[in-house]
Amino acid sequence: MEKPKVATTSLAGCFGCHMSLLDIDDRILKLIQLVDFDKSPVDDIKKFSGDCLVGLIEGGCANEENVEVLRQFRRHCSILIAVGDCAIMGGLPAMRNGIPLQECLDEAYRNGPSVYNPSGRVPNADELPLILNRVYPCSEVVKIDYHLPGCPPPADTLWEAVVALLNGKPLNLPYELIKYD
Amino acid sequence: MSDTITFTVDGVEVTGRKGQTIIQAADDAGIYIPRLCWTKKLKPGASCRLCTVLVNNRPTASCTQPIGEGMVVLNETEQLITYRKNLVEMLFVEGNHFCMFCEKSGNCELQAMAYRFGIAAPKFPYMFPKRELDASHPDIFLDRNRCILCGRCVRASRDLDGKGVFQFVGRGNHKKIGVNAEARLADTNVDVSDDAVGSCPVGAILKKRVGFAVPVGQRLYDHQPIGSDTEAKARRSARGK
Repeated sequence: MEKPKVATTSLAGCFGCHMSLLDIDDRILKLIQLVDFDKSPVDDIKKFSGDCLVGLIEGGCANEENVEVLRQFRRHCSILIAVGDCAIMGGLPAMRNGIPLQECLDEAYRNGPSVYNPSGRVPNADELPLILNRVYPCSEVVKIDYHLPGCPPPADTLWEAVVALLNGKPLNLPYELIKYD
Repeated sequence: MSDTITFTVDGVEVTGRKGQTIIQAADDAGIYIPRLCWTKKLKPGASCRLCTVLVNNRPTASCTQPIGEGMVVLNETEQLITYRKNLVEMLFVEGNHFCMFCEKSGNCELQAMAYRFGIAAPKFPYMFPKRELDASHPDIFLDRNRCILCGRCVRASRDLDGKGVFQFVGRGNHKKIGVNAEARLADTNVDVSDDAVGSCPVGAILKKRVGFAVPVGQRLYDHQPIGSDTEAKARRSARGK
């Protein structure tokens, strides 16, 4: 029987959630017996080779590329899981949500105390994805099936969730595995 | 005439003293009713409505309702648990609660309540409101992003400190904590040792320079849900019998 496929991505995240996934340590050997990784930074596959059972999303949507990738994941994955606080509520990048975009760009590229930019230009090359007016939680862009909170979610949380899902069992996380920090 | 009053909570017989509220009598009996705006030291504010129970089938705030002989109180019904979850979720989305870098994380009553209810994520859309931060005071932060408008600081400052430093300003969506000065917390007579400063259930009023003093794993709600100390009391007395 063909193994179910898992895809993962980091949108506007810090890769901390992916590091937490690696924190399952030697259980990663069991994991690759259970699943094949498709598009993911774990195996560096850049494009979907087909449809997947599970998509793990780290990070929220801060630019148009994030939105595009997230929509790709929704199209290709039967079950989409928002992993970590950034995917769930925007996280640290969403701190800019109360500040107008122009002010953010000015602070980052023109007026910030450590900025040296005599031309005063803000990066605007064609290949750069357009930045969004604010950071959007994933559930505001596509339908998300499950949420695993944490910054990052503990490795055990990710392990328990993936194993429960693959075995078709309900996920009952113990008290200590639901954390927002 | 005896001063004791007997009533039931979820079918369990509870004996309280005359003049006690439901939440007080339940606490003494080792039954935890979730709450955010109520603490033992303060007069009830009855604003968070998390402690709502059914008294003879009527929804009532258990922090203000005095106990009565033969009262039938329901605390942990499916419907009430759903209401409470919804309230906590709404508090999360209508503020800016960034637990990942908040100094109060692990000791925060709002967060602990969400943990107790097993909330993975709120089902409501985040509002990302624009709120003001006041870092003017040398020893105290006031970060309205995290404020849940429980009013504990208002009552503590007025009733315990005798100062009236904090007060609600505005209504509805615009309601916020104001300070008794032209603009800044630094211009009030608040002191870092005031009860008002320690009364905040979330990270809205914080002492400066003591953040993250307790490591992860040793914080108040890292291993035990909020309310479990109250519930342990009931288990202890049950074993004693």
